[in-house]
Amino acid sequence: MTTRIVELRRGILKKNDELAAGLRDRYTAAGVLVLNLVSSPGTGKTAFLEWTLRELKARGARVAALVGDLETDNDARRLASSGAPVRQINTHGICHLDAEMIGKHLQDWEGAELGALDYLFIENVGNLVCPSSYDLGEKIRVALLSVTEGEDKPLKYPTMFNSADAAVITKMDIAVPCGFDRETALKNVNEIRPGIRIFETSAKTGAGMNEWLEYLEEQRALRG
Amino acid sequence: MHELSIVSSIVESVTESLEAYPGARVKEVRLRVGALAAVVRESLDFCYGIATEGTPLEGSILVVNVLPVVMHCEPCGQDVELDSLQSFRCPRCGEPCYDMRQGRELEIEAIEIDEIDAVEEKK
Repeated sequence: MTTRIVELRRGILKKNDELAAGLRDRYTAAGVLVLNLVSSPGTGKTAFLEWTLRELKARGARVAALVGDLETDNDARRLASSGAPVRQINTHGICHLDAEMIGKHLQDWEGAELGALDYLFIENVGNLVCPSSYDLGEKIRVALLSVTEGEDKPLKYPTMFNSADAAVITKMDIAVPCGFDRETALKNVNEIRPGIRIFETSAKTGAGMNEWLEYLEEQRALRG
Repeated sequence: MHELSIVSSIVESVTESLEAYPGARVKEVRLRVGALAAVVRESLDFCYGIATEGTPLEGSILVVNVLPVVMHCEPCGQDVELDSLQSFRCPRCGEPCYDMRQGRELEIEAIEIDEIDAVEEKK
């Protein structure tokens, strides 16, 4: 018996990273801006996305969404009311979306071929831990946080907030009754991800949504 | 809780690399895990026992080398190690840091294996 040390230096999520790189190339070639929306369950990703899809569509943009949940197609049905093509991904117990699931659900999607889209939104499974490790090839990762969750959420989940490209605070319409400390929340997001763009929004009243749409349009103009 | 998928990837990856060493048993698997890799040590160990059962990795030890977050501080002109994950500011000058140099690693560094010697194999 001989004991030997074999150097491997191999990324554990290499397979996902490679698939994600392939998706990123496809998105770029098709000229579609892809965003990955991450948050805890109940932050209001679906309401926020529903609003975003409807407004972008009204502005003449071609949009589509993939939505991840463990079970049910409730969210897909809600989002489809915007008139945009929507596909539900059921992970059946898996706590995150991965690049393989995205690739599979992009296949044979009539009316939502990548080349026929301006924006593709991916609503991840509600979870602030695991989705941070799985690249979906997105250009922009958006971390959402609602006023009911507590201002210290970014401090509790630095892995996610630090990996985000933009942050969205949702449900601003109920900030006052919730005793939401806006200054502290903004400061905490900035401690974890200095300089990140933060949008304070309400899908109910539409507050802050124009700024968000302008950001999307700017980012799309930059793509490539 | 995606530690089970991580551990399954480790088993797959290590088993693949064992093809060059037929009959070898794994004694130790060494990982490099960044402090921001979103991996919980306890869950990793728990899942490791389950996922390695009946594989050449069964009974092996998982060694996790945790790497601190290293950011590049522009004003200081050097790489600095963060003391905590509660603030992405330079511990020297207090300015915010934007450029991460280490902290998201999630990789298998090396494995320690027991190889069956040619002579032994003939017995």
